[in-house]
Amino acid sequence: MNEQQKPADPSTLSFEHALKELEGIVDRLERGDVELEESITIYERGEALRNRCDALLKSAEMKIEKIKAGRDGQATGTEALDD
Amino acid sequence: MSNIPAPNSNVTEFSVTELSGAIKRTMEDTYGRVRVRGELGRVSRPASGHIYLDLKDDRAVLAAVIWKGAAAKMAVRPEEGLEVIATGKITTFPGQSKYQLVIDNIEPAGEGALMALLAARKRQLESEGLFDPARKQLLPYMPRVIGVVTSPTGAVIRDILHRLSDRFPSHVLVWPVRVQGETSAQEVATAVRGFNAIDGGSGIPKPDLIIVARGGGSLEDLWGFNEEVVVRAVADSDIPVISAVGHETDTTLVDYAADVRAPTPTGAAEIAVPVQAELVAQMAQLVARLRAGLSRSTDRKKERLSGLTRALPHPDGLLALPRQRLDGQQVRLGAALDRFTTHKRSRLTTAEAKLSPSRLIHRFDNVRSNLDRLSRSLPSALGRNIQTHRRELGFRAQRLSPQTVNRNVKSGREQLVAFQRRNDLAAERLIGNRRDRANQVSKLLESYSYQRVLDRGFALVMDESAKPIRSSKGVAKGAGLTIQFAGDDRLAAIANGDAIPAMNKRSSAKPQKKQPKAAQTSLFDE
Repeated sequence: MNEQQKPADPSTLSFEHALKELEGIVDRLERGDVELEESITIYERGEALRNRCDALLKSAEMKIEKIKAGRDGQATGTEALDD
Repeated sequence: MSNIPAPNSNVTEFSVTELSGAIKRTMEDTYGRVRVRGELGRVSRPASGHIYLDLKDDRAVLAAVIWKGAAAKMAVRPEEGLEVIATGKITTFPGQSKYQLVIDNIEPAGEGALMALLAARKRQLESEGLFDPARKQLLPYMPRVIGVVTSPTGAVIRDILHRLSDRFPSHVLVWPVRVQGETSAQEVATAVRGFNAIDGGSGIPKPDLIIVARGGGSLEDLWGFNEEVVVRAVADSDIPVISAVGHETDTTLVDYAADVRAPTPTGAAEIAVPVQAELVAQMAQLVARLRAGLSRSTDRKKERLSGLTRALPHPDGLLALPRQRLDGQQVRLGAALDRFTTHKRSRLTTAEAKLSPSRLIHRFDNVRSNLDRLSRSLPSALGRNIQTHRRELGFRAQRLSPQTVNRNVKSGREQLVAFQRRNDLAAERLIGNRRDRANQVSKLLESYSYQRVLDRGFALVMDESAKPIRSSKGVAKGAGLTIQFAGDDRLAAIANGDAIPAMNKRSSAKPQKKQPKAAQTSLFDE
């Protein structure tokens, strides 16, 4: 309900939050107790969340780096991990 | 007596250096390689990298040192309280009369000793709350960046990366550390703290999950992960930590401090990320449900709408009854208006009938007859009125008589006479008074007259124009003079000389009168 009142920009949501909200929307639509106008609004929201999740899933790619640490134990940079 | 030699004079005499050197040789030859069992006490680690420590048992203490090079290679990090078997050689310090054991290697004195130390440390850290379940953090569902603290070479990192790419290809940052040896604990701790210290400033993304991993090994091999410094670093980490050290049966203290313990490095990768394919499938399913949900929702609404539409009554039927009532009222409205005007008209007719000229004439007749009656009675009334006034006049006239007037005249006349008498008296009195006064005044006047002076014997000299002469001056010789005496007796005279000057003051008046005296003489002469 909170997300209904203050819908966050989907592009800022984590996958988990977007997924959870999407599930909530699907549940409400399936229960069918949503007003017509709102059902369309939340459906559009659902699509946006779906796109966000898709994008997060598709953007997943392997990237492996090795930390270079300074004398004080702080990370100073990265380099490719030699296989 | 003073030269008496020492009793043992035949015993060889050493210098200190000689003896110390002899002892050094003896000890280092005899104990060139020894194994000593004892408990470690008071371990100190100066910056030089050498480790100074004591080996002790219940009665003796042996100073020992581990040179920097040897320390780095040790599997077990020497620490106080650990029961060990140290291998090394004895050396002496002749300069300080000291000896010590230079340790090449240390092994725990059996599993039991190490386990006892582990248990004691675990109790201590537990009592500080480092293993408190309340401190455990939830792992992110889908970490964007995963930090891995392990050896960059070997099977462990490979297993992790392989499993991660199978499940969910991710961004992995490897912090290379030595996972065995004296320095490994410090390196692991530094790596964990280093990941937490990343603020994105140098372009390195901060991981939102850390995996601390090491392959299987002996208790001694894994000992670095029991070190307090590692346990504290993991417990302090703000980033959730998965520990995967050794095999499932090997439990190190870092496992207690980590938020989640994975049985193996591969297991850690499985815990770290969900399976992408499953998520995609879940997403597809959700999207299908989303669309079905919307269409079902609208379908259901459509059905309800058509159902309700059917249930709606026909508009004509809805309006028939009110329409009928309206019609009825309209009919009544017309009739009511008719009735109303009829009623009013009948009242008008009644009123009209009452309104006629005859009624007005009748009223005039009444008024006129009244007027006539009054006109007729008017003359007689006038006569009566005159008679009344005449009677009144007669009555008054009787009372009016001349005697009354006469009486009044007579009394007035008497009064007038009395007033006249009084007036005469008053006038006489007034005149008398005046006359007396006049007489007095006239007498007085007479007394003041120059005639009286003449009466007393004086004479008045006048010039020819009858003006009195008061002085001899101006009287020329030969001028005619008139001298008057009392009783208007006059004598004409002629001035015969000049003025005679006065003899003295007193008699100055006399000469003036001498002139008259001359006249007087003449007078006497007369």
